[in-house]
Amino acid sequence: MLVVLAGLLCYLQQLSQGLVITGLGRDVTWGLYIAQFTFFVGIAASAVTVVLPYYLHDYKQFARLTILGELLAITAVIMSGLFILVDLGQPSRVLNIVLHPQPQSVMFWDLIALSGYFLLNVVIATGTINARREHVPTSGWIRTLALISIPWAISIHTVTAFLFSGLPGRSYWLTAILAPRFLASAFASGPALLILLCFIARKLTGFDVGNEALHKLAVIITYAAAINVFFVLAEVFSAFYSEIPEYEAGFVYLFVGMGGDRHLVPWMWLSFVLSLAALVLLLVPRWRSKDRLLAAACLCIFVSIWLEKGLGLIIGGMVPSPLGTITRYAPTLPEWTIVLGIWAIGALMTTAFFKTTFSIWESNGGD
Amino acid sequence: MNDRPFILGGLIVFVVFVTIPVWRSLATPKVTLAAPQLAVPARETQCVAPVSYMRTSHMQLLQEWRDDVVRRQQRQYVAFNGRTYQKDLTRTCLSRCHGSRKEFCDRCHEYNGVTAPDCWNCHSDALRAAGGTR
Amino acid sequence: MKITRKRFLQLSGLSLIAVAAKRMVRVMAASTSAPESTKTVRWGMAIDLEKCRLDQGCDGCIKACHSAHNVPQFADRAHEVKWIWKQPFEDVFPFAETEYTREAHANQPVLLLCDHCDDPPCVDVCPVEATWRTDTGVVTVDFHRCIGCRYCMAACPYGSRSFNWQDPRPAIPAVNPDFPTRTKGVVEKCNFCEERLAKNLAPLCVEACPEKALIFGDLEQKDSEIRNVLRSRFSVQRKPELGTGPSVYYLT
Repeated sequence: MLVVLAGLLCYLQQLSQGLVITGLGRDVTWGLYIAQFTFFVGIAASAVTVVLPYYLHDYKQFARLTILGELLAITAVIMSGLFILVDLGQPSRVLNIVLHPQPQSVMFWDLIALSGYFLLNVVIATGTINARREHVPTSGWIRTLALISIPWAISIHTVTAFLFSGLPGRSYWLTAILAPRFLASAFASGPALLILLCFIARKLTGFDVGNEALHKLAVIITYAAAINVFFVLAEVFSAFYSEIPEYEAGFVYLFVGMGGDRHLVPWMWLSFVLSLAALVLLLVPRWRSKDRLLAAACLCIFVSIWLEKGLGLIIGGMVPSPLGTITRYAPTLPEWTIVLGIWAIGALMTTAFFKTTFSIWESNGGD
Repeated sequence: MNDRPFILGGLIVFVVFVTIPVWRSLATPKVTLAAPQLAVPARETQCVAPVSYMRTSHMQLLQEWRDDVVRRQQRQYVAFNGRTYQKDLTRTCLSRCHGSRKEFCDRCHEYNGVTAPDCWNCHSDALRAAGGTR
Repeated sequence: MKITRKRFLQLSGLSLIAVAAKRMVRVMAASTSAPESTKTVRWGMAIDLEKCRLDQGCDGCIKACHSAHNVPQFADRAHEVKWIWKQPFEDVFPFAETEYTREAHANQPVLLLCDHCDDPPCVDVCPVEATWRTDTGVVTVDFHRCIGCRYCMAACPYGSRSFNWQDPRPAIPAVNPDFPTRTKGVVEKCNFCEERLAKNLAPLCVEACPEKALIFGDLEQKDSEIRNVLRSRFSVQRKPELGTGPSVYYLT
């Protein structure tokens, strides 16, 4: 709560002084806020990894995981929305998007997709929890909505990728593989967070989603993480084999440094190393099935993708600028505080949602 | 119920708390209750629209003017009496007739506690001394 | 009739959504087209790099524009706001310079401004239509509607747009009361002096240039000065391969 309050105070300062209190500037106009938005849309979309097997393939082991995934998705969408709100220069005018819709703008569709996904998950989650509480089986239309949420989840993260991948001036983002990359990294980082939360829940409350469910989810993470690494390497190949300076520039800035600015290089390499370490732990079934190693792998993949998507992606597209300028972007303390405030709101919401779910599930017995 | 005194007490506290603005304004000595005096232009006798309309809808008119100029680049306004004006708050409304915001706009807005028009964040309410057209 | 709290919340939520949806449908259906003009005009500018004396410290165009339009001056480069400025040749035409040609361009800064593209990516991405292309080819910004999302700045391939990270008024050396300032949290850029074009006056930068290095005119008019000079002189544009269709030409 204190963190939320601190974040709120910093945001009030930002409202009165302007975004000048952040580390953003004319050349790096999007930074930590938008990066966090992108990352959490991914977490929201990752609910599909638990919804799809359960609703589409009747994989009963995911029964407990599915509701947690949907609740996490709700929280993640709210966090994404908050990140956009704090990034706006004139947030009081945000309703202009609804009053003056622009279908040619991807941002318009992003709003539609995210709002729709939010509503879907709210209805599904409340329907499921209520059914559970009333000791009745979940209604058929909940299942239909859950099936709809599967392509919808894919669409929210695709639309978010399209925000970036259609801009002609940003060669780091102007790649068809951005949307698949987003999905792969989301399906690795989201379930990783979910597994970690389940471990914590089991330790703190005794609520158990079941080892089989966790291990199956770990397999999904493994595939997603492997595909994500492959996508990144495919991008690197295109950029560096063609040797076109424009395509190399983003990668060079992030992984080697440019114009004397190397402050992101260690973080990007850390992200890569963590990804590989996680993959190693996940690829060996014997290691993947050990809870401690699985937790470590999940933490590694989560941090790795957070670094890559929650920071590197945005800055790589902004630097070098369209005029070739290298700008050293580092979020300021107020910026971090606002971000942490929103993280804290998410943590609060997750705790509240999960606690409700646990108590309802436990009081009903059964699976 | 032995909760009753607490509930009633809490309710009273809440009502008092929520009506604090009323108590505060009653406590502070009131300024004059007379209607605000607006600057009356010397030369012109007729506004761009009838006074009754301006009283009720001047903000709508200004917003229409704003959108017409900014979004449609249409700067001519043909008034109800056939006269043509430039759609320009600073030049047409203030410089030609109503002086400045202090003499005119603020008089009623401050009296009524209207804070909404934030035109002055960006627009100036006085032209350059020398004539004012570029 | 008895109504549970849950039902009440569900109904209110649904009603809010219905109202918003209806509003949106109505707005989307309404047209906001400008009145048809009888002839098409496309404003364009040609910058004569031969005549331009930016390299000798001449910056009358920049001063004229920024002072008239109340563009704030910030010392911190990260927060600067600029409608027209200069940068070295190799920044403006990247990859056009090799080690063998660098010397020729060494001291040749190039004047930069919004290119007022024919197919502007910034207009495509704006979620509230706070920026659009007028029917005379000027890409303009409505500061009243801008929500400050800076998507247009991400989309512009030329780096032409600036954002007001803070209240600009304290940083304006001398406020020109004839033109509004902006507020914090909105994006701004060169507007081709649209307020002057409406009075058949040339843009300030064009007028201020002592060398007459800036040629402004209607690209659609076959015998305009700018069309003549584009016919007779070799010209380049910034990043033409992106398909944005800039209206600014550089005469070499």
